[in-house]
Amino acid sequence: MSVDISQNGMFSRADYGISNFQPDWLNAEHSTGTSIMAVEFEGGVIVGADSRTTTGAYIANRVSDKLTRVTDYIYCCRSGSAADTQAIAEIVNYHLAFHRVELGEEPLVETAANVFRELCYNYRDTLTAGIIIGGWDKRKGGQVYCIPIGGMLVRQPVAIGGSGSTYVYGYVDANYKTKMTKDEAVKFVTNTLALAMARDGSSGGVIKLGVITEGGVENFTVLGDEIPKFYEG
Amino acid sequence: MSSIGTGYDLSASQFSPDGRVFQVEYAHKAVENSGTVIGLRGKDGVVFAVEKLVTSKLYEPGANKRVFNIDTHVGMAVSGLISDARQIVETARSEAANYRAQYGTNIPLKYLNDRVSMYMHAYTLYSAVRPFGCSVIMGSYEADGPVMYMIDPSGVSYGYYGCAIGKAKQAAKTEIEKLKLADLSCKELVKEAARIIYMVHDELKDKQFELELSWVGQLSEGRHERVPPTVFAEAEKAARAAMEDESDSDTDEM
Repeated sequence: MSVDISQNGMFSRADYGISNFQPDWLNAEHSTGTSIMAVEFEGGVIVGADSRTTTGAYIANRVSDKLTRVTDYIYCCRSGSAADTQAIAEIVNYHLAFHRVELGEEPLVETAANVFRELCYNYRDTLTAGIIIGGWDKRKGGQVYCIPIGGMLVRQPVAIGGSGSTYVYGYVDANYKTKMTKDEAVKFVTNTLALAMARDGSSGGVIKLGVITEGGVENFTVLGDEIPKFYEG
Repeated sequence: MSSIGTGYDLSASQFSPDGRVFQVEYAHKAVENSGTVIGLRGKDGVVFAVEKLVTSKLYEPGANKRVFNIDTHVGMAVSGLISDARQIVETARSEAANYRAQYGTNIPLKYLNDRVSMYMHAYTLYSAVRPFGCSVIMGSYEADGPVMYMIDPSGVSYGYYGCAIGKAKQAAKTEIEKLKLADLSCKELVKEAARIIYMVHDELKDKQFELELSWVGQLSEGRHERVPPTVFAEAEKAARAAMEDESDSDTDEM
């Protein structure tokens, strides 16, 4: 007959009260407590993100990539639960790949945004996901769509998201201009994210950038010592 | 059962020894007995014209229409058994609605055509069903310009600049080929379409008919709709006049 060790003089975890000594990052969910951004410019769109993934206060990954490809011309910036947003992006990627074959051409950014919305809205009670979609198509050029937590979908010329974004709304409002050049837009995104990362404890690391135009996507990383510095008082 | 081709026409799921599916060919015949329907694709839109045969004077005018809206931007004109065609319309409408719900944008006609063609083709494969006794023409005005497709009962479809189905499709096609379709606007095409329908109508065999005209293009802001009453009246008047000119010149020659 087998012996149940817990009834045979061994203490269970509850007897030790182990849970009281566990640091929060052992069981807390990974989240992209984040600074993300996308902006339309003349000829395309820029997507950007910091690189910090946290589990509570612990930095689970300091070089994560929150800019996720859904088609060759459409990327999304993920914020919220890392698991939820990864799963959503993967499903959207599948749908759009299939749709691209059926259609015989690149899916529209609007279409991609609607597929994201469908998932985010239908599962709004179980998901924690704030997603910004940036992409280029031949019909409307560079476009930015924003899906905040309830599953609403709006097109905006510029969008910021994640916990870090709250610190920089004023900066974005004051500095956004329509019809920026690519270089102006890259600078604007880099500065905004640098400011957000400096103030927000859940954001940090390096800045990841993606420039999406008719020619496809170009990726850049702004390393720690290259990130612009501002007043830090 | 001895000669080739007998005994193979009862089921759509069986070939004849020389590789034909008779049920599908009979479905084509059903379309050839129906009123003529034409579709013209010009530079700024697509125009549909239908010769709707009226078999009794006791019917209300405007009953059993043969031009349908599938979505705001897609129109469909049908020839053949009207009840079969209505099922195709319903399928196309739900495809368009599903696409809009899923992707939030207008369904591209190329995509809709693929789906409707597949649906019609499925009915040529099984012994428990018969093929659709109708052909349909679909047209829309998209970002890249006008598009038009025609699907026949076998489920085969092609994109067209101009096409004709029904009784007088041969005569109609000959007339359409004379047009410079790529240069014509919807306004001009409506007149040509009405004229062709009046011209190919056989007064001796079919006494009465109603003309149906619709368009989708720049003029209608990308919406498929029946042409406005004034445009309709003008086109019909011009068509009648053209008929009289023709009969005059006929007598001159004699």
